[in-house]
Amino acid sequence: MKNIVGWIDARFPFSAFIKHELTDYPTPRNLSYWWGFGFLAGFVLVIQLVTGIFLAMHYKADSNLAFDSIQHIMREVNYGWLIRYLHSTGASAFFVVIYTHMARTLYYGSYRRPRELLWWTGQLLLLLMMATAFMGYLLPWGQMSYWGATVITNLFSATPFIGDQVVIWLRGGFSVDDPTLTRFFALHYLFPFLISGAVIIHLVALHTVRSSNPSGVNLADRDNIPFHPYYTIKDLFGLGIFLLAYFAIVFFKPDLFIDVSNNIPANPMQTPAEIVPEWYFLPFYAILRSVPNLVGGVVAMALSVIIFAAMPYLDRSRITGGAKYRPVYRALFYVFIVDIFVLGYVGAHPPESLLKLVGEVATGLYFAIFLLLPFVSRWEENKLLKECTLPPAVQEMARNEIRGSHD
Amino acid sequence: MCTHKLNDVDGPRRDFLGSLTAAVAGAGAIAASVPFVSSMNPSSDVLDKATVEIDIARIGIGQEKTVAWQGKPVFVVHRTAEEIAAMESSNGGKDPEADQNRVQHPEWLVVIGICTHLGCVPNKTAQGWLCPCHGSIYDNSGRILSGPAPKNLILPPYHFVSNDKIMIGKAS
Repeated sequence: MKNIVGWIDARFPFSAFIKHELTDYPTPRNLSYWWGFGFLAGFVLVIQLVTGIFLAMHYKADSNLAFDSIQHIMREVNYGWLIRYLHSTGASAFFVVIYTHMARTLYYGSYRRPRELLWWTGQLLLLLMMATAFMGYLLPWGQMSYWGATVITNLFSATPFIGDQVVIWLRGGFSVDDPTLTRFFALHYLFPFLISGAVIIHLVALHTVRSSNPSGVNLADRDNIPFHPYYTIKDLFGLGIFLLAYFAIVFFKPDLFIDVSNNIPANPMQTPAEIVPEWYFLPFYAILRSVPNLVGGVVAMALSVIIFAAMPYLDRSRITGGAKYRPVYRALFYVFIVDIFVLGYVGAHPPESLLKLVGEVATGLYFAIFLLLPFVSRWEENKLLKECTLPPAVQEMARNEIRGSHD
Repeated sequence: MCTHKLNDVDGPRRDFLGSLTAAVAGAGAIAASVPFVSSMNPSSDVLDKATVEIDIARIGIGQEKTVAWQGKPVFVVHRTAEEIAAMESSNGGKDPEADQNRVQHPEWLVVIGICTHLGCVPNKTAQGWLCPCHGSIYDNSGRILSGPAPKNLILPPYHFVSNDKIMIGKAS
């Protein structure tokens, strides 16, 4: 064994890589389980890749055969039902994990200098993941698949001047049809590999700036511990908990995330009584509906996803860490989380009078929180520094930071 | 002295040749992408299904028939006298347009059955249509009355081949 590794090491930096990125890689000693969701996301990506490749061996990307090939997978393919439920549940699990990962970043201010680029590569991953999930949802060729794809491709008609041509180009026809299905399948197979590439970039950025930690204080070398074995074990324990929940759904409630309308084959002549996107798009969908104008709605929805990238600049406080030492920021964070759940509820229901109003208020609040943050964060910084209630080290760090920015 | 002069002339010249090469390479890359981008547009067999002929003799007064044209639903409505009178006396809502400009024969309304908001198929009501996706309401002339849709239902190009036959996809 030693000889083999030695042979490889003389030709490829295998042991050096393991040492540098794993057994010697310095990690803050105080990371909580909230820091385990990046690993979980990587694990779910592997589940999706593996189950997806095996599904593709039995699936037929043809508008006449697609719906029936899903039935074939469910009834006749050995363990086809299992592989498909692992994949469909995995999509939702992926979003649960990624949204939690993002919420942790927002709460602890992990997006702040010097981790801007790390945060942005994460944003890119989110966009790729949303595109992949959206295209994958068309493949079963059910009613909800078909009409979801119709509505979302139609959003591009908001493009100035060439909107209609763009929509026809995206669909490869005058409506969502066979050409749309085949290209969505091709891209749904391609995108996970782009995601894998972006994950590597995300990890290189992470290992350059290192992990943030719950205290928000930049740790000295002696406060770091090697990633392996400490965090491999911690991550694996977290994985065990995650898999309990994941398999509980796969085995006991596998249709939880599958809309009943999708058991009806796609029919271009009949829209289902109510169109609801997958749960992970609901808040953004509610924002789209809350603006009483097509272009305005599309712009607001796009902005609601992209605006996260501005966080390193919107948060102007120089007090270290995110919400831990900043009560006002913490309150804003919780209001924001509640607002997202409210938007999700609104997005899942028909826009009747009261809910419509709630949606509009929640949409306004969503953007107001982002736009007020530059002022609120600076105001809170002044307040906290004047009150002198911060721990001395945190106070000192903030003062140094402020002095540094004046140089 | 000679070399000094040469360098002076050569520097900008090489820069220019460098940028020229980059520009040609860029133009080549764009040209090479044309077939790929174009391949995603509708293929000729899709474009071929451009027209459809419909027998309207069996659509009774007050009835509506949905037919497929280019994969899209087209509503053909045989309107009643009251509906015609009501439509002719109003100009619609958000996107005002006279009913006369939207029909060739007042009793026959032919509109593309795709909501101008995000492309769902509206459902027929007594008043006109209601889009199930985001609640846009259209009248019996296909004109938008309320909801998020910006425009009236679009009129396809069509013409009467005979008294009880229309061809959709061709204006004359």
